[in-house]
Amino acid sequence: MLSIKGLKVKLEDEDKQILKGVDLEIEAGKVHAIMGPNGSGKSTLSYVLSGKDGYEVTGGSATLEGVDLLDMEPEDRAAAGLFLAFQYPVEIPGVGNMTFLRTAVNAQRKSRGEEEMTAAEFLKVVRARAKELKIDAEMLKRPVNVGFSGGEKKRNEILQMAMLEPKMCILDETDSGLDVDAMKLVAEGVNALRTEGRGFLVITHYQRLLDHIKPDVVHIMADGRIIKTGGPELALEVENNGYADILAEVA
Amino acid sequence: MAEAAVKQTPTDAMIATLDMPQGGWSDAARRDALARVQTMGLPGRRDEYWKYTRPDTLVQAQALPAALRDGDDTVLFDTVDRLKIVFVDGVFDAEASDDLSLDGITIERLADATSDLHWARDVYGVLENNGQNPVPRPLAALNTAFAADGVLIHVTGKPSKPVNIIYRRTSTTADAMLHNCIKLDAGAEMTLLENGPVAARFNGVLEVEVADKAAFHHVRAQGRDHEQRAATHIFTRLGAESTFKSFTLTANGVMTRNDCVIELTGDDANATVAGACVGDGGDFHHDDTVFITHDAVNCESRQVFKKVLRNGATGVFQGKILVKAGAQKTDGYQISQSLLLDEDSQFLAKPELEIYADDVACSHGSTSGAIDEDALFYLRSRGVPHGAATDLLTLAFLAEAVLEVEDEALREEVTARLASWLERHAA
Repeated sequence: MLSIKGLKVKLEDEDKQILKGVDLEIEAGKVHAIMGPNGSGKSTLSYVLSGKDGYEVTGGSATLEGVDLLDMEPEDRAAAGLFLAFQYPVEIPGVGNMTFLRTAVNAQRKSRGEEEMTAAEFLKVVRARAKELKIDAEMLKRPVNVGFSGGEKKRNEILQMAMLEPKMCILDETDSGLDVDAMKLVAEGVNALRTEGRGFLVITHYQRLLDHIKPDVVHIMADGRIIKTGGPELALEVENNGYADILAEVA
Repeated sequence: MAEAAVKQTPTDAMIATLDMPQGGWSDAARRDALARVQTMGLPGRRDEYWKYTRPDTLVQAQALPAALRDGDDTVLFDTVDRLKIVFVDGVFDAEASDDLSLDGITIERLADATSDLHWARDVYGVLENNGQNPVPRPLAALNTAFAADGVLIHVTGKPSKPVNIIYRRTSTTADAMLHNCIKLDAGAEMTLLENGPVAARFNGVLEVEVADKAAFHHVRAQGRDHEQRAATHIFTRLGAESTFKSFTLTANGVMTRNDCVIELTGDDANATVAGACVGDGGDFHHDDTVFITHDAVNCESRQVFKKVLRNGATGVFQGKILVKAGAQKTDGYQISQSLLLDEDSQFLAKPELEIYADDVACSHGSTSGAIDEDALFYLRSRGVPHGAATDLLTLAFLAEAVLEVEDEALREEVTARLASWLERHAA
């Protein structure tokens, strides 16, 4: 599904190499986790894949179902089926959450040549999905993420994911700023979206999110490279021993 | 004196082209106003109050021609049940207008009102004259002296629907001057809607006397002609516990100067003046100039102005709150913001506070900025194309000003008009 080969990325304005050759294959139906210490390049990877400005790809490739992602505009990547759940969801005063969701859903449909959802259809679906995530009607009416708590913002990200039904979901530190209950709720939302046709890349510092979203594969990233890949037990090893041992091992 | 003598020349040239309506109840007011203009002189380039907006095209004797905008227009406020009064090129069109009768309200035309209208005598040119201090507004005095027509509305009750003055432009050269006067009796309420381009060049004055506990709502859209020029003035005086709310939508026009002069004279009164403006191109110049005087206790005033400028457009805001001694518990709020969609556009702002009372809350803020890149990326990452995402954020920026329109149906009309403008002026 998502295929990353030798991806090298530097900051656009600075002579600073962040990703130094990342290789990653994520199959449909699988959940991959990337763990790693601060500054290892995890978030950069998620931004580069979704098309944020400020980065320059200096080598390698990234394709989604064989389609080159790196040449596409962010909106086209979204329409192609890529979704990034932000670590820090952006507040947009003046734009209603509902308007935002409907605009996004219909823009993607239009771009794929599908029929747009009517207001009534949309309302029905969004209400059902919101209910599952314990998002109340009031939150849907408010401007996007404005005045939302940390937990509400993350649930709102998952609601967007549920509405947009992407093929490939990237979750960037979705557990940051969440208490245990909020994390469980978010994890349940994600688990409900796990299907055979959908791939996940879960970026996290800590193992605890992976107790709730059970990964198939765990990667350790450090200094812009994937340095070790294993099963769920690798996450436990990090939890117990920290990154130092693994870093020492590969050095 | 030498300078004054130099300054009189364009004023005399302008006056020489105009005919003053003779006789009737307004005669004295017109003559007084003429004397004021002659004393003040029309604004020149060196006037401090016209520092950011060149008055040349507004004061020259001959108006510049202005091409008509082609393309069909949906009619604004068409979803609203209203009484229509139509002016074409500044001339009243009886056929296109509704019958001017409505419960709780008396409407007459300035050009027709030959009988002595006592109430109008107390308003016509009176509020304008009050508004000449401390800053002279000669174009308004010129208007009082020479305006050929306009509407005089006396509100005694609560009419069932808004009055809508619709302006249409068919001439590329019409130079129009209209003067509208409104008096709301104690406890009366009305909504005035104005829309459409008036003329190639327009000088407009609206005087509104709001008595105790009365409420005046005003929503104005200045038309979509690209080449029109307009200098408008609103003068209002508010009695105790009264409300005044005015919102102006400006899209297009090469030169627009909107002055609004508000005097809060009764306790617990509430005034809002707001505007949303969208301008495209180096020819576009838009100026909001506001002067609010608090002269009573516990009054609230709000100024909320938002401008979206692109391709070299210029926006100006001059807003002043004057709190007189004794006007305690004043709550004054002023915000003027611009969204600059490129580096060629500019926004010039001059917010001022002058306060002589000690128990007062006044705030003012002015910003200019670009589209929030993080918000833009967030929207795009959800599949909203660049253009649509920019429009969504632009409308969100304007929303704070549009929210000052109380009526939901009117607010939606205004928002829809802004959205369609953004669609036509894609980046």
